[in-house]
Amino acid sequence: MEDFFRQLAEDAPRWNFIWMYDERQQGKILSGIWMTIKLAVACVALSVVIGIVGAWLQGARAAPVRLLVAGYIQFFRNTPPFVQLLFFYFALGQFTPTYSPDGWLQQPIISNVGWAIISLSFFAGAFNVEIFRAGIEAVPQSTQEASESLGFSRLQSYRYVVLPLAFRVCLPALNNNLVNLVKTTTQAFAIAVPELLYQSVSIWNDYPSAQNPTMVLLFVVYILLVAVLVFGMHRWERAMRIPGYGT
Amino acid sequence: MTWTPDQPIISLKDVHKSFGDLEVLKGITFDVMKGEVICIIGPSGSGKSTLIRCINALNDIQRGSITVEGQEVHDPNLDKLELRKKVGMVFQQYNLFPHKTALENVMMAPLLVLKQAKADVEQRARRLMKKVRLEGKENFYPGELSGGQQQRVAIARSLAMNPDVMLFDEVTAALDPETVKEVLVTIKELAAEGMTCILVTHEMGFAREVADHIYFTDRGVIVEHGPPATFFTEASDPRTQEFLSQIL
Repeated sequence: MEDFFRQLAEDAPRWNFIWMYDERQQGKILSGIWMTIKLAVACVALSVVIGIVGAWLQGARAAPVRLLVAGYIQFFRNTPPFVQLLFFYFALGQFTPTYSPDGWLQQPIISNVGWAIISLSFFAGAFNVEIFRAGIEAVPQSTQEASESLGFSRLQSYRYVVLPLAFRVCLPALNNNLVNLVKTTTQAFAIAVPELLYQSVSIWNDYPSAQNPTMVLLFVVYILLVAVLVFGMHRWERAMRIPGYGT
Repeated sequence: MTWTPDQPIISLKDVHKSFGDLEVLKGITFDVMKGEVICIIGPSGSGKSTLIRCINALNDIQRGSITVEGQEVHDPNLDKLELRKKVGMVFQQYNLFPHKTALENVMMAPLLVLKQAKADVEQRARRLMKKVRLEGKENFYPGELSGGQQQRVAIARSLAMNPDVMLFDEVTAALDPETVKEVLVTIKELAAEGMTCILVTHEMGFAREVADHIYFTDRGVIVEHGPPATFFTEASDPRTQEFLSQIL
């Protein structure tokens, strides 16, 4: 196998699948994929939490709270995620406290990976708030009233009645947004997060002959990652289907 | 002041309710004694539903007083949980939780709100399902049940909280004539067991049969009231007569 790709690189100099036989480059690809997966999982989880909490706060009685949520959504939805990422890392990053693990160099307490997770989660979270809001609005007021008349608190009603129903309504839209989020993790490249795109570019900078194969690899990996996510979401959707309800 | 069973279990005094500029209730006063069955009838838009929704604080009121077992409902510091433990409500559109089975619907409130032990709650829920004649339907989802069956699950769900008073808001209005009967039978049994019931209804035959007292409301006021024996035959107000002539 290794010999085959070694031979191929010699026969076709533009198709150097270097990470198929060079252990060092292979390590870069694998660690890049692992970092992308970690980024994606962390951002998906955090953005969903932001979406749920945000949608809950949108229904708050206090007007300043609602205003804050509205402002958050406007800001993160209406500005480019790439600019947000740079702003978080380069602007806000200056003001975060530092610590010194070795007593020599000062390190910021939030790493570039941390900033990528925060910025991307807030970006996707803004959309998730809107998605959940739409789902919550689709739950009839009367169903909530029924839970209220049984003595449910607002939180209990939200958690046990409204959210489970809203989730089912908004899963397709949530699905779309999360797929986008997974792909947007590539932008963390700009702040040197060693995810898959970063590693790939570093490989083809060192070995221009590996550029074509590495680009193909990028497409294949993202197609697979998104496929896994979509597969999982669809299974979830099916598992949550209620007999005799909705579609 | 503590409430004793010889006092009215529910007492409304000069209740006023507005939605914006629209005054829906214009001074409603009546008492309900424990074990009584009250029917509220009247044309649509006369404020009947609003009236009973005020009793368990789903709607607030602007003026007047509503007490349930001595507890004032029109109070900014109202302990809603305490009130709702006492008052059960059944709605026109059943409003079951569609993502829970019939049995789970019945069990949810005692588990979450009263924090009772699951085994006890389940046993009681199964008894209630039997009581509303839905044995065997425990694991069906609301979407798999007929309207009449859903409404009986809704009744069982309210009863699971062990309320002292049941409010029925046009519970048969969305049902077809055949299933109306099965729901009315269930309510009739409840009434016979001594449950205090307040019903908003258009079922005159039913009202005549089970009500201890009938109130006729129109445009936010009680126009006429009385026990069924006299109400249907001796109605004196022209508005009542007109309504009854259209409906009977």
